[in-house]
Amino acid sequence: MIRRFIPLLVFVGVAALLAMGIMQAPRKDLVPSPLIGKHAPNFSLPSLMHPHRMVSSTQLIGHWYLFNVWGTWCISCRQEYPELLAIARTGIVPLIGLDWKDTRGEALAFLSTKGDPYQRIAFDPGGLEAIHWGVYGAPETFLVNPQGIIVYKYIGPITPRAWTEDILPRLPADTTVAGS
Amino acid sequence: MIPELGEFALILALLLAGLQALFGIGGPALRRERWVAAVNPAVAGQFVMVATSMGCLVTAFVQNNFTVRYVAENSNSQLPLFYRVAGVWGAHSGSLLLWIFLLGCWTVATAFGTARLPKQFSARVLGVLGAISFGFLLYTLLTSNPFIRLTTPWADGLGLNPLLQDPGLAGHPPMLYTGYVGLSVAFAFACAALLEGKLDREWARWTRPWTTAAWAFLTCGIVLGSWWAYYTLGWGGFWFWDPVENASFMPWLMATALIHSLAVTEKRGLFKSWTVLLAVLGFSLSLIGTFLVRSGILISVHSFAVSPGRGVFLLTFLVVMIGAALSLYAWRVPHLKSEAGFELTARESFLLFNNILLVTACGTVFAGEMAPIISLALGLGKLSVGPPYFNPTFLISMLPLLALLAVGIHARWKRGGLGGQGRTLLLTLAAAALVGCVTAIVIFHGRGVLAPVGMTLGTWIIFSSLIDPIERLRRRIAIPRAVLGMTIAHIALGIFVFSMTAVQGFTAERDVALANGASARAGGYTFQFEGVGPLHGRDYGGSIAKVVVTRDGRAVAVMHPATRMYWVQHTVTTKSAVLFHDGSNILVALGQNLGDGRWSLRLQVRPLVSFIWIAALIMAFGGLLAITDRRYRIEQARAQETVAALAGGKT
Repeated sequence: MIRRFIPLLVFVGVAALLAMGIMQAPRKDLVPSPLIGKHAPNFSLPSLMHPHRMVSSTQLIGHWYLFNVWGTWCISCRQEYPELLAIARTGIVPLIGLDWKDTRGEALAFLSTKGDPYQRIAFDPGGLEAIHWGVYGAPETFLVNPQGIIVYKYIGPITPRAWTEDILPRLPADTTVAGS
Repeated sequence: MIPELGEFALILALLLAGLQALFGIGGPALRRERWVAAVNPAVAGQFVMVATSMGCLVTAFVQNNFTVRYVAENSNSQLPLFYRVAGVWGAHSGSLLLWIFLLGCWTVATAFGTARLPKQFSARVLGVLGAISFGFLLYTLLTSNPFIRLTTPWADGLGLNPLLQDPGLAGHPPMLYTGYVGLSVAFAFACAALLEGKLDREWARWTRPWTTAAWAFLTCGIVLGSWWAYYTLGWGGFWFWDPVENASFMPWLMATALIHSLAVTEKRGLFKSWTVLLAVLGFSLSLIGTFLVRSGILISVHSFAVSPGRGVFLLTFLVVMIGAALSLYAWRVPHLKSEAGFELTARESFLLFNNILLVTACGTVFAGEMAPIISLALGLGKLSVGPPYFNPTFLISMLPLLALLAVGIHARWKRGGLGGQGRTLLLTLAAAALVGCVTAIVIFHGRGVLAPVGMTLGTWIIFSSLIDPIERLRRRIAIPRAVLGMTIAHIALGIFVFSMTAVQGFTAERDVALANGASARAGGYTFQFEGVGPLHGRDYGGSIAKVVVTRDGRAVAVMHPATRMYWVQHTVTTKSAVLFHDGSNILVALGQNLGDGRWSLRLQVRPLVSFIWIAALIMAFGGLLAITDRRYRIEQARAQETVAALAGGKT
């Protein structure tokens, strides 16, 4: 009586497929951003460090950069912070921060105690700029090429693996930090 | 304090669920009377803890407690109270808690409902339910705890997904989950029967009302979801074969098959192993459905935030639970012997075909659902399976099913034959063909074969279902509620098929660009556009248009389609204007401002579409009516008498 084992065998097959599905399903493909392949939004915002100076998209044209949306209130941002510092140390690509829905005092205190991986930080207390970037929640990181086009978007805290497997391969081999 | 209380209650609930499973399954197996006696207290304790936990989460939402991460991510102080409560199941963690809470409700109901059944059996049923609850509680606590605090509280929350801010959707998940979870009761009954190695006609009678109730809730849940998709999303249809819709539809098909198979098992003591298998598969498919939605393995509008850890846990749970049940089945099924045979034309054969066709339909949906995953797993790239696959394959099993239904309800048990209804049946077929063809060809000017066939089948089911009640009324024989419920559900299916055919075949749909004062025609109606004004809501702003609808020069209505921009979430949603007129559904959606005073508008006229949802609700009502049949209550009354007699004898 092999027949009574058929349902079990079929289920084992299905379960195996589902398991393979989970392994394969690349998380990064799940929330495709409509912005990928499009021009990064033009912006001009006060700098977090120097309120009288501006950080604007025109300064960034001509270089690769990582646009990282963060806030001191965001737990996952603290989680990715060590990796951001590590990326900054490699000197391969500059980090441009967007301090989102934050207060200047808390942000400066945070940076002075934990270290500052950013080349520049734009300050967006009202959260308006983040809308243009289609930000759902912090942290989100965009890779922008020298022509100002968004090449890649990473949602959630950047892990060392995300850096080596998703971001690094998208950069040309000879890039170095420019303009610092 | 309250969130911590909620989390603590959840941990206690986990322990109690573990005990419930241990006592319920272990007690009868090891013949420990005390363990068996401890099952009900464990059920009660677990329910109190789960309800406390649920209450704590609702309180956190109502009080705008943004120190709790889940609340902060899914609610906002601007949100009306109603949606703050609905926000509880607006995302993953909270909807899991709702799932567990509803499982608790079903378990308590089952504990009461099985109180008069043999103690061992009742304990096993509750034990299996405890095991399911244990798994989900563990899942929630390990991967999706809704009570986690933020170290730095947010001033205000991110707000509820605007798509969910709708009364239809606020009710859709609880209703659907009630159905999903309700299937766990049939599953538990099946597992208990397998554990006992005994399955008789009594068992089928105990199981039937639970299955029908779960099926009715599932039906309502699917209808609410479909209705929501229709008028909030403005998707322009009532069914999209979206992976998540399918995930709810597969258990529904299985439950429908199970209801019919249980009828045979109860009446004739046949199909035993098949019935048990269906009961196991029905709930398994709702678990797999949950997995597909929650693991992020499939992409759809329903996908919540995704985390691979959750997927792995759920899959493990799935394998343990379903694997155990199917192994039990393989081990025990030789004990379940059918009591008798039947003739080819007997009602049993028709119900067998019903089952085969429903399971085939479910299989084709499942294949379509799995195809993208298989393709991904084998490295063949992404694959999307849509209506071009689902519509025809589904139709192939549904058309014969409908025809068999019209005939099958008149077939007699065991010996077969139509009991002298053959001629009447042919007459109804002729009448139905007349109605169907006239409606399709004369009224709707339809071409093609499918529309007249669909309308004929729908009408035939209605006419055929009416034969028996009319006969009984003429002879003044009372109609039992179970029969009445069945008849109502079948008539509703006929209405459903008829209106669905009309919608599929005869929908008028146009995208137009209109300047102020210009008009366009669709489906016999004229739509005159009279400009756009600003819209001010509590937590949104936007644009609202004025469209005057006329037919044959006579005014029908003024419609106000709008677009809303939610301030907090910065998302734009379309609020279509929906109007029901003469059985048709008119939908006007406002699109973009094209400049120089022109706006894009989508006009749709769908004949009879509202009857699709009404019919489905009537179907569910038929099921609920059947549950109240005397047959299920007599058992209880008799048991009560026995208990009373025993108590009387003692004193």
